[in-house]
Amino acid sequence: MDFEAISSYFPLYVEAFFLTIKIGWIGIALSLGIGIAGAFVLHFKIPVFSAVIKAYVELFRNTPLLVQLFFIYFGLPKVGLAISAQNCGIIGLGLLGGSYMIEAIRSGLEAVPVSQTESAVALGFTRRQIFTNVILPQAVIGGMPAVMANIIFLLKETSVFSAISLMDLMFTAKDLIGLYYDTTECLVLLVLFYIVMLLPVSALGSFVEKKIRYGSYGV
Amino acid sequence: MEPILRVEHLHKEFDGYTVLDDVSLTVNAGEVVVIVGPSGCGKSTFLRCLNGLEKIEDGKVLLDGKVINPVSENIVKERQKIGMVFQSYDLFPHKTILQNIILAPMKVQKRNKEEAVSEAISLLDRVGLSNKKDQYPRQLSGGQKQRVAIVRALIMHPEILLFDEVTAALDPEMVREVLEVVLSLAKEGRTMMIVTHEMAFARAVADRVVFIDGGRIVEENTPEEFFTDPVTERAQRFLDSFKY
Amino acid sequence: MNSFISDIGIDVLLKGNNMMRLLEGLMTALKISMISVVLSIFLGLILGMLMSLNKRVINAFSRIYLEIVRIMPQMVLLFIVYFGATKAMGINLDAETASIIVFTFWGTAEMADLVRGSLISIPVIQYESSYALGMTKLQTYIHVIIPQTVRRLLPLAINLITRMIKTTSLVMMIGIVEVLKVGQQIIEANRKSSPNAAFGIFATVFILYFLACWPISLLARYLEKKAA
Repeated sequence: MDFEAISSYFPLYVEAFFLTIKIGWIGIALSLGIGIAGAFVLHFKIPVFSAVIKAYVELFRNTPLLVQLFFIYFGLPKVGLAISAQNCGIIGLGLLGGSYMIEAIRSGLEAVPVSQTESAVALGFTRRQIFTNVILPQAVIGGMPAVMANIIFLLKETSVFSAISLMDLMFTAKDLIGLYYDTTECLVLLVLFYIVMLLPVSALGSFVEKKIRYGSYGV
Repeated sequence: MEPILRVEHLHKEFDGYTVLDDVSLTVNAGEVVVIVGPSGCGKSTFLRCLNGLEKIEDGKVLLDGKVINPVSENIVKERQKIGMVFQSYDLFPHKTILQNIILAPMKVQKRNKEEAVSEAISLLDRVGLSNKKDQYPRQLSGGQKQRVAIVRALIMHPEILLFDEVTAALDPEMVREVLEVVLSLAKEGRTMMIVTHEMAFARAVADRVVFIDGGRIVEENTPEEFFTDPVTERAQRFLDSFKY
Repeated sequence: MNSFISDIGIDVLLKGNNMMRLLEGLMTALKISMISVVLSIFLGLILGMLMSLNKRVINAFSRIYLEIVRIMPQMVLLFIVYFGATKAMGINLDAETASIIVFTFWGTAEMADLVRGSLISIPVIQYESSYALGMTKLQTYIHVIIPQTVRRLLPLAINLITRMIKTTSLVMMIGIVEVLKVGQQIIEANRKSSPNAAFGIFATVFILYFLACWPISLLARYLEKKAA
């Protein structure tokens, strides 16, 4: 292993790492926003919007991010919608993630038993009060493991950004391998940076899941 | 005296299948009406219709002369006068016992917190659970949860209390602690309607027994006569099913 | 009308055998995913059953293995196997073999986790009541446990197929000529005559992937409802 090469590449990876994290987390924030709004629409069966949301979820859950990115980045400019690579990454990740988050949050909402709503109704709560005080807090906890799993999934998906020339970790590794043939060193750095990026989130995910599954919560 | 609750010709269907057929009933202030009948006879549905949890096809439910209708605007207001306790207790799992009890008084009745807390604690004291106030529902036994559910209904100062098979999901040794609470409420002169399978309890607590079978009221009687010498043959057969 | 078709770049699809070439590209991707799915399901079943035995060595191994798969993007794994193996071990893997290895490595972990999850979700009382009826361990598995496990597992395993198909789109990044790559080639070749081809082609690729995955998702959902 050539440590000199590693130390000279290191700053490039750090830069790529922060770019990846930035786009990743902004995209995830966007996906959560879409997820909450979409789940809300589906939960309350708001006409027309529900149909649109359903179609969107089906479309984005059944196509790869890479294909979505190609369409947004290379295809849309041809009909007059040019978007920068960075924004394209954010929008692509947000749209893909949104379709997964909607399902996660909606299943959290649906997991709250009907009898919870009924007993709240019997106590005289309004629909809105029931949603904010009874359904939502339970749905947030119930949907949390799925949301965490989606976050990990989305952070991993950032690895395809290099395809639209974003200088992320993958791009940097590929570029350096092409230039200097230090394959082993470049791959080791790549793996290390992905571990730093994902291991803490993965650990947090497991912790949350254990906490929810083993009794700190429940009837 | 004008009755608190008046049910007139209530008709209820599920998907075209009649569950309740022309049911009429009145309940006076301070009266305890126990509803008995075989499983699936419609007695729980009847109770649910009374506070608008079910839409009804025909007939009327009047509380203090005002119509209870699930689609009307003032249903939320009217419902506060009716307390209901369910078989599955349905405490809110994400809130402590105390939070469970004070949530509705604070959010629905806009009462101030200190007052709600102090009433909650005195009510919990009464059912022997004030030491559990900061625990979560999952830390309590079924009987304890059901007593909390009763307190949660009581703190709203309802004019009438509805109990829907409140002991059906409990282990036998916990049935008594819950029934004793209900019995003490009856002695206090509360107006109550109780659906139950506990015949001995029904006899002890009831001022009047209503026997429902096949979605209709088949017999209305005093507890003494109903349990010893019922008028109808169907009631007799029902009571016989409890004997070995 | 003609100008609209060329404005959104659909015209290239009708030229020559372009549509056919895209479909062939899709088939390449589907072939890789199908081989990987079959291998993953087979290996995953074995590993999942081993994991449900709760033996310490197996648990330690499977935890590390599953965690690697959980946090490493498939893209990174592809690079490691395709570029790394060539360099480190001097083996010259062709891109297709490399992708099948990576997707099987990934899919086996996912499948094993699903198998283990379904197995341990069967309540102990199901075993006990079978034994109480005088069934042997084998009979208990054959008549009671496995049928229940399969019902839970089937929709999840089928979902894994759609995920595998979607992931296969990555293989273009190591030079396999699948549908995206074919799309790029067509766009390149028609740069002059159909400058807007990128829209039409990538929209078509989008729809092709959707048509490949959607029916499978629907089947999974149907089975899930039936199992519930």
